[in-house]
Amino acid sequence: MAAFALLCKCTRTPRRAALSNVSLGMGRPVIVEGRNVVKRYGSLLAVNDVDFSILDGEGFGFLGPNGAGKTSVMRMIQRLSPLTSGSIVVDGKTAGVDDRNIKSILGVAPQDESLDDDLTVLQNLTVYADYFGIPSKSALDKAESLLNFFELNAKRDEKIRSLSGGMRRRLLIARALVNDPKILILDEPTTGLDPQARMVIWEKLESLHRQGVTLILTTHYMEEAARLCGRVAIMDMGKIIALGHPATLVEERLGSVAAELHTDEEMADTAGKAMKDLGVTFEKTGSRYLIFHPPDTALEKLKQLGTVTVRRPTLEDLFIHLTGRGLAGGG
Amino acid sequence: MMNFPTHRALKVWKRNFLVYLTHYRPSLVGNIGEPLLYLFAMGYGIGGYLQTMNGMSYTQYIAPGLMVTSAMYSSVFECTFGSYTRMTVQRTYESVISTPVSLADVVLGEILWGTTKALISSSVMALVMMGFGLYTPGAGSLGLFITIAMTGFLFSSAAICFSAVAPSYEFFNYFFTLFIAPMFFLSGVFFPLDNFHEAVRWASLAMPATHSVNLARWFFHGEGGAGLLHSGLFLVAVGTGLAVLATRLVRKRIVI
Repeated sequence: MAAFALLCKCTRTPRRAALSNVSLGMGRPVIVEGRNVVKRYGSLLAVNDVDFSILDGEGFGFLGPNGAGKTSVMRMIQRLSPLTSGSIVVDGKTAGVDDRNIKSILGVAPQDESLDDDLTVLQNLTVYADYFGIPSKSALDKAESLLNFFELNAKRDEKIRSLSGGMRRRLLIARALVNDPKILILDEPTTGLDPQARMVIWEKLESLHRQGVTLILTTHYMEEAARLCGRVAIMDMGKIIALGHPATLVEERLGSVAAELHTDEEMADTAGKAMKDLGVTFEKTGSRYLIFHPPDTALEKLKQLGTVTVRRPTLEDLFIHLTGRGLAGGG
Repeated sequence: MMNFPTHRALKVWKRNFLVYLTHYRPSLVGNIGEPLLYLFAMGYGIGGYLQTMNGMSYTQYIAPGLMVTSAMYSSVFECTFGSYTRMTVQRTYESVISTPVSLADVVLGEILWGTTKALISSSVMALVMMGFGLYTPGAGSLGLFITIAMTGFLFSSAAICFSAVAPSYEFFNYFFTLFIAPMFFLSGVFFPLDNFHEAVRWASLAMPATHSVNLARWFFHGEGGAGLLHSGLFLVAVGTGLAVLATRLVRKRIVI
């Protein structure tokens, strides 16, 4: 009986990993797997029965408006928030059972800056390393190499409040790396930063990604998703409504051309009616109409109603197409 | 689930100690100034009008009580304003529990740090009292400092319970005016409660500080104590209970 149990135990793990590989048709094993994940806050259903499989070494993005449930999913993976129901397995360890071991292989850069204001830049890294049980000598070496990598060495003995927004964000990511995590979790890593600071962070993250670190991030920025994510899951109202490679996803659903029509206030209703008559798919956001798969004939007619811009469709367009609402808006 | 604290609580203690090292000077000035103020105002000021109390000067009478109430105030300040800031404004707890350090570790580490602050403050007070010839270390010193540690542990735990449910800093007014200040005056530091109405004496016996003062007075002077075992058990039991409650309340606030 004991031998039988042992046999089952031995065969189970590899078979499961193999199964996931086959089902996704890729060579990499699954590192984070969520099944029927539900998160409820009182009467609010924040995550509504979601499945996801994130592969070892990939860049995976959760996209969606505020309140779509992406931060809730991240917090459940991080083991900061208990699941209402369902299961999450991280690197073979079950959430809720083996949380300490899950946390030891994760690096986390949360959305709200939670750097330790009472400590210096260097201490923020060494004290955090101590939480992981890293001996102080190796913690110091690691901290110094991270300060170099993130170009923060000149600030090592300064307090956090003397840093710029971009520097803080870099330190937050540096701190997430003190334990050499297998998986780096980033909640809106560049929100609120100027373009230059954003570029610096993207370069650093791309470099980490090349070294094989799995990136899981949430973002509002399509450019960020396009640069860092091999796959994105678009979320809305607690559900994943689309999943795939960012450009492919857009191409598949929206083709290669989208049009925008800007009209005056008084022309708005006429334009809406005209488009219905033309039989084109469109969404109205503010004073503009976004037109999907526009036929050339329709474009000619629309030009009489206002200014028409023809461009490549983006992930944001796809989101509007899927939900009828913009990404940045609340919901 | 990670419900029991581990040795990792000491990492949280270490973090707070590291921060303390950067501003220990102003903190120590407060630790020295406060006992001096009480000794002069209460001891020499009021004591000047009094005959002896239980066969000793009034200053000597209040000295052990001042030592433990100083421990009480130190731990309570640390674990209300300090812990609340780390728990909410600075989000320190959240970033610590993103690591293998669990929430139970964080809460125990904070309580142990509050206890340490109590020991620091009482030690400074003991030194000041030694300078005035009010205190001579001796056989009871170990017992005295164990009492102070138990007091610090209990009041740190109580303060964290309060911090965990506090919506803002103003909320601590309730804690200080409704719990801490009455304890300061009605725990037998300044006058014996024997002659008060029975209701007051019972209320006083329900106050942890009364038991701290009772033990401290015994270990300080080697006399005066009654029901010492009862007082010791009271501090340990209530302290442990409050520490468990503190962990639950913080979890309820942080882990959603």
